[in-house]
Amino acid sequence: MTTTVTTPAGSAIAPRRRRADDVAGLGKARAGIFVAPALIIIGLFLLFPAVWTIWLGSTDYRLTGLQAASPEFVGLDNYVEALTDPSFWNSLWLTLIFVLFSGIIGQTLIGFGLAWSVRNIHGWTKSLIEGLVLAAWVIPASVASFLWLVLLDRRSGTVNGLLGTQGTAWLIDHPMESIIIFNIWVGTAFSMQLFSSALSAVPPSQIESAKMVGASGWQQLRDVIVPNIKGHILTNTLLITLWTFNTFTPYLVTAGGPNGKTEILSVYIYETAIPGGQLGLGAAISLIMLLINLVIALAYVRVSRGRTKR
Amino acid sequence: MINHSRRRTVGAFAFATVGALLFAGCASSAPQEDAESGPVTLTITANAITGGKNAAEADWITDWVIPQFEDAMKDDGKDVTVEFEPQGVDDENYKTKVALDLQSGEGADVIGMDGIWVGEFAEAGYIKPLSEVAGDAVDDWDGWDQIPEAVQAALSFDDERYGVPQGADGRVLYYNKDLFEQAGLPADWQPESWDDVLDAARDLKKLDGVTPIQLNAGTAMGEATTMQGLLPLLVGTGEQVYEDDKWVGDTDGLKDVLDLYKTIYVDEGLGDAVLQQEAAGRDTSFQLFAANQIGILLEGDYFWRSVINPAEGVGTAPMANRDEVVGYTKIPAMKPGSGINDQDFVSMSGGTGRVLNPNSDHPELAWELLAFMNSQEAYQERNATTISITPRNDVNDAILAEDPMLTYVSEEVLPITAYRPPLAAYPQVSTALQQASLDVVSGMSVDDALSAYVDSVKDIVGDDAVAGG
Repeated sequence: MTTTVTTPAGSAIAPRRRRADDVAGLGKARAGIFVAPALIIIGLFLLFPAVWTIWLGSTDYRLTGLQAASPEFVGLDNYVEALTDPSFWNSLWLTLIFVLFSGIIGQTLIGFGLAWSVRNIHGWTKSLIEGLVLAAWVIPASVASFLWLVLLDRRSGTVNGLLGTQGTAWLIDHPMESIIIFNIWVGTAFSMQLFSSALSAVPPSQIESAKMVGASGWQQLRDVIVPNIKGHILTNTLLITLWTFNTFTPYLVTAGGPNGKTEILSVYIYETAIPGGQLGLGAAISLIMLLINLVIALAYVRVSRGRTKR
Repeated sequence: MINHSRRRTVGAFAFATVGALLFAGCASSAPQEDAESGPVTLTITANAITGGKNAAEADWITDWVIPQFEDAMKDDGKDVTVEFEPQGVDDENYKTKVALDLQSGEGADVIGMDGIWVGEFAEAGYIKPLSEVAGDAVDDWDGWDQIPEAVQAALSFDDERYGVPQGADGRVLYYNKDLFEQAGLPADWQPESWDDVLDAARDLKKLDGVTPIQLNAGTAMGEATTMQGLLPLLVGTGEQVYEDDKWVGDTDGLKDVLDLYKTIYVDEGLGDAVLQQEAAGRDTSFQLFAANQIGILLEGDYFWRSVINPAEGVGTAPMANRDEVVGYTKIPAMKPGSGINDQDFVSMSGGTGRVLNPNSDHPELAWELLAFMNSQEAYQERNATTISITPRNDVNDAILAEDPMLTYVSEEVLPITAYRPPLAAYPQVSTALQQASLDVVSGMSVDDALSAYVDSVKDIVGDDAVAGG
């Protein structure tokens, strides 16, 4: 960090003694008025809920009953209860499986694969493929989940009709697989779009040179494309991981069931806090979830920093 | 530079805070409108919707209650508009919505509610005794004389009336006479033990494409699992969910109940276990019964009135030939005489009703509306198309004779029925019971399910308040 004060253009008229970093010449009070709306909004909608969650998480607050009228401070009890509850760890484990298969492997790889395979196609075929994938992304989650309910329905579902597997209850027999495929279907468009633009930014000269020296498709991908779009891969993986980690949409398909087999963390918190009524415990788990999010984000930031330094 | 900017930020933040407080101060000193002058709007909410769940109630509110009440108010020189906020969702979701409304100080003025929620809502301070909300007019209401104490108790807590009940109900076994005939079973069926029911189910199993018996289980159905599954069975073993200040735990009765679930769903495949885990399983079970694909179903009179009712726009899964095809019979105890009070047959009853929202801006008018909805005239109109058991003796005497099913419930079932404990902990215990049935249905052993259940109940009510070893 430099301490040298550079004189910005146009500040010559300002009196000598005034601090040079007050570029606009407003003074503290007036500058304060300008930032106040932003600060109020941040305080109200970010800071306050965060502090409120921490407070709630240390009480036995419930949606109904005596503890709703007069919640008591219970310290770290909720955290101990959450961390010693096997269903919490089960939910965390389900979340990891869900993130790994539907987010990192599914959306990223399929998104890249789609972007890669349509990069040289032009005209209506490309528009059609992109349009179809984007449609899944654009359709509201409630509508998409209803489509999937109909698709996978046990008695009159389209999938059973096509495969001739009448009577298979996909959402009961293969719940996790179902929501993983559902989430891949919903979210792949983002990765595809991001990789499409990344691929178009790869210098054609490098690909041409690789081709001239006889590199195979795989070698081009490994030695030319991936090094060029590493930054995009990282950003995409970070965003997808966080989104998938926090998504609530699978609830609309399976409602966390059957018997908690698709109770990923966001659903687990909802089930605990709202229908279960344990708002205090729910807030405590939310905070744990927030910390996990922070850890993921920090890990990616570190990786990307190490990358730029090299 | 860093220090400067931080100081600046702090300064700006302090400024912003002061500004916000000043602004808030201005806002709160704005003149308040006089609450009782000018046009008044009242709202009613209930888990009822035209063309869907409890359609008859929704139609009655929009087509009769609202216009009639508005006219009556106009005659009194009051300009009152009543709005209905319909809902058509699972009871659990409706309960969550009402709890959140009340918690945030919002919500309709008159709220439809299951009597069993009254305890926990009252303890939370979300609802208040009627006379506290609306004053002396409540205790002076002449309608109370027509409503038996036992029925009033459904919407009471700690001996205070929190709402007006809207009826009584009872649970029976429904069976499909066509399927019974095909399986060589009598059309006039009265099983006397669980074994009789199982025997009939085994006969029905020989029919193709028919699920012999569907006994509510699992958490997806919520309270329906407890009321139309576990509890009617439990009272058939002579036990109750709450008895002598203790909640049912690892007892012989509960073990017998879970064993029955295991027999039906796991050992003999007499019921469709997958259906009990589906998110919309209860509605599906209604549709399958209406499509002659379920032989025996334990349900309340609600099923008769609002689900398979063939009347236009009333039933959600109407059966045109309901009166000829659907039979109903009392739920037998495990063995003759093994039920509570040594009964041969058992049932469970609940009660729904309507409460006043303590946050109402016009509590006196809201009470007038509620009393109007519970007048003799209103119940007669309510039962013009579909008859249900009302809380009022004067109305029941006049109408029940028209419907043999409800007469049956009123005369045969209500005398032997049992009620859920009006305690705030009940809904949590109920959830634990549902989980136990789900565990058994999805393949866990009865002993494991029972011990998991006992652990959760001990967490809810404490070790000392659980019966059984």
